[in-house]
Amino acid sequence: MRTSRRRRLEERVFKVLMLASTVIVTASLLVIVATVVVKSLPALRLSMLVQTPKGGYYLGKEGGILNAITGSLYLASGATLLAVLLSLPVVLYINLYARKKSVLATFTRFSLDVLWGIPSIVFGAFGFIVMMTLGLRASLLAGIITVGLLEIPIMARAMDEVIRLVPVSLTEASSSLGATKLETALKVVVRQALPGILTAVLIAFGRGIGDAASVLFTAGFTDSLPRSLFQPAATLPLAIFFQLGTPFPEVQERAYASAAVLTLIILAISLGSRALIKRFTRHSIK
Amino acid sequence: MEPRSHLRIRNLNVSYGAQQVLRNVTLEVPDRKITVIIGPSGCGKTTLLKSLNRLLDSVDGVRIDGQIFVDDENIYGPDVEVTHIRKKMGLLSQKPQVLPMSVFDNIAYGPKIHGQRDKKRLRALVERELRAAGLWDEVKDRLHEPASRLSVGQQQRLCLARGLAVEPEIILGDEPTSALDPQSSRIVEQRLIALKADFTVIVVTHILRQARRIADYLAFLYLGELVEHGPAAEFFANPRDPRTRAYITGEIS
Amino acid sequence: MLVLAAVPGLLVFLMLFGLLSRSKAILALKSFTGLLFGSAWHPLKGEFGFLPFLAGTLWVTLVAMVIAVPVSLLTAVYLSEYAPRVIREFTKPVVDLLAGIPSVVYGVWGMLMVVPFVGNVLAPLFGVYSSGYSILSGGIVLAIMVFPTIIHVALEVFSAVPRELRETSLSLGATTWETVKHVVLRKGLQGIIAAVVLGVSRAFGETMAVLMVVGNVARLPKSVFDPAYPLPALIANNYGEMMSVPRYDSALMFAALVLLLVVLVFNLGARFILIRVERKVE
Repeated sequence: MRTSRRRRLEERVFKVLMLASTVIVTASLLVIVATVVVKSLPALRLSMLVQTPKGGYYLGKEGGILNAITGSLYLASGATLLAVLLSLPVVLYINLYARKKSVLATFTRFSLDVLWGIPSIVFGAFGFIVMMTLGLRASLLAGIITVGLLEIPIMARAMDEVIRLVPVSLTEASSSLGATKLETALKVVVRQALPGILTAVLIAFGRGIGDAASVLFTAGFTDSLPRSLFQPAATLPLAIFFQLGTPFPEVQERAYASAAVLTLIILAISLGSRALIKRFTRHSIK
Repeated sequence: MEPRSHLRIRNLNVSYGAQQVLRNVTLEVPDRKITVIIGPSGCGKTTLLKSLNRLLDSVDGVRIDGQIFVDDENIYGPDVEVTHIRKKMGLLSQKPQVLPMSVFDNIAYGPKIHGQRDKKRLRALVERELRAAGLWDEVKDRLHEPASRLSVGQQQRLCLARGLAVEPEIILGDEPTSALDPQSSRIVEQRLIALKADFTVIVVTHILRQARRIADYLAFLYLGELVEHGPAAEFFANPRDPRTRAYITGEIS
Repeated sequence: MLVLAAVPGLLVFLMLFGLLSRSKAILALKSFTGLLFGSAWHPLKGEFGFLPFLAGTLWVTLVAMVIAVPVSLLTAVYLSEYAPRVIREFTKPVVDLLAGIPSVVYGVWGMLMVVPFVGNVLAPLFGVYSSGYSILSGGIVLAIMVFPTIIHVALEVFSAVPRELRETSLSLGATTWETVKHVVLRKGLQGIIAAVVLGVSRAFGETMAVLMVVGNVARLPKSVFDPAYPLPALIANNYGEMMSVPRYDSALMFAALVLLLVVLVFNLGARFILIRVERKVE
């Protein structure tokens, strides 16, 4: 009455398949990062990071991607700021002000879910429409608005997850001490959930800085450092794309280097937000 | 003549990480009797029960030392196949756990896994076990409905029938009636008493009255230690250990 | 604050409305179905048939899902049911990091490794010629991008299955794998479907990475080794010419609208399923 051979064999076969799949998934990350980094080494020089493209850059001559690095940082920061200003009040509202089953709260959560699934190219097209309607040209501002809208659902979802966890007893304690809802929201809830909120901000920032499809129509491109909100701005994803599109291998190598820079920025943000999460959950009661 | 023991536990020590839950438990479980393991909550009763069918194996960070002999075979020995051991035991959990399938498929699950494919045999088996669990009349027209539609009391009896279907030798019950209403509890207790004619039954409970009703043999577990054990009459009439006495009189619970 | 809470809902409506109004010009030319199923794409001649792009999107998504679904589910099962805690703790961050890599970087890697692999290794193996810029390349890159989506949701679904249920199956003498097959997967089936649907939705809308490896040829593809032109790539590649050719901009807005509607339907469907699953657990 031992377990039949067939049963054991079936389990063993699937175990192998499972392990293989897990290896494929983990290896993908390592292979992708490794490939980009390795390919970027020949072109990765300090001049890449601190210079803007000089004349003939795209034909192989001098310069760097400082325009894209600063452009991306400005744009993503602006977008993230915009997203925080729009997301945090919304999330605080649906968690603290609205009644649990209120129509507005359900509808808002639902809308955020819907927005979350919309691809960035559609945000880009919409951003383009907004641009035309407001009479803006392809500019830093248009990019900020578009990416900001893109970031809202991502940020709001992450914030919602942490603010939901703040125990009701805490808000009740604050109210019973005579605090207004706004005071409770800002001084108690936000402080309690602060690491989680910061993580949400970082996650959204990471998403915003890496996205190309949304800035394609709206931010334009330029070889100079960002000078005003109403001028086009360079972004890293587009810089990578354009450099890759040239027929010159030296420029293509620079594309790899730019990709490496972008990846490293995002990895740093990811790891930073993980560290924050660790600090957050260290003090919470499981 | 000494009652035969089907299951012998020898020097069992179980710890989760740094916390030791069972200390040096040695117990001989008599054959075809109801053995009840009692004790306050959190004293290791469920751990002891789960060590018998090796359900503890899947807990992260668990350490198990000692031996458990079922029919003279150490179930923690090196060459033992876990599924074979588990087939010998039927487990009745505290909260009825119906599998996400029909009533029929729930009962047939075990036998099918172990290779029984014959449809006629399966149908006969399902009927037999449902009768043994006292459930046949109530469900015979609903065999292919989802088992989740049954009442809690019916579900627990379904779990009993399901456990019997794999033809175990030992029945394990982990507080099997604590989630049930009094009437269903009574029915389950009666079933267990009827079953001891053919099976060895081990039940964990923290309800002293239940122990009085059904136990032939008792084991008192306190803070992970097997404080006292013996035949029921003796146990309740003349407890030897002061802790046992305290528990029976309700001082500690 | 109440006003702000209406913003997300407002945004969705504005997007739908905006794209719809910008598509009016081309909808005036041809009907909705005429546009979708027309197979000729010659903007300069005024012909706007979207079929090649829809077909391209469907092919690439299909290939991606054929790869991604088994690999993701097997990985999720492994992590949830078999892996020792150490491996699980190590792999979960890796999956999250995969999700964070920007689309362009996937595209760069795709051009560096996948395209040559398909063109120089796989295609000859099948006796076909391919430049490497193909549906298969797009599908492979897309599959990797979809892994984290499916794995994440599947893991949540599996962790919602009560431990006691698994113990019950094991107590009856089933192996871990049999328990997975008959209990965990069955109990989690709806959630898994939702995970896959979310994966499809993600694959549909992905733009940059696919664009860089799929060839961008507006013809109905005949095999996975042929190039294709998915809908998002169409929008992204031609925004430059948009304004110079009459009705081209409207056509692209229409494409964006179609994309939005498809993704909306898939996403809502998956959310509904997941909500129902959550309710059952409660």
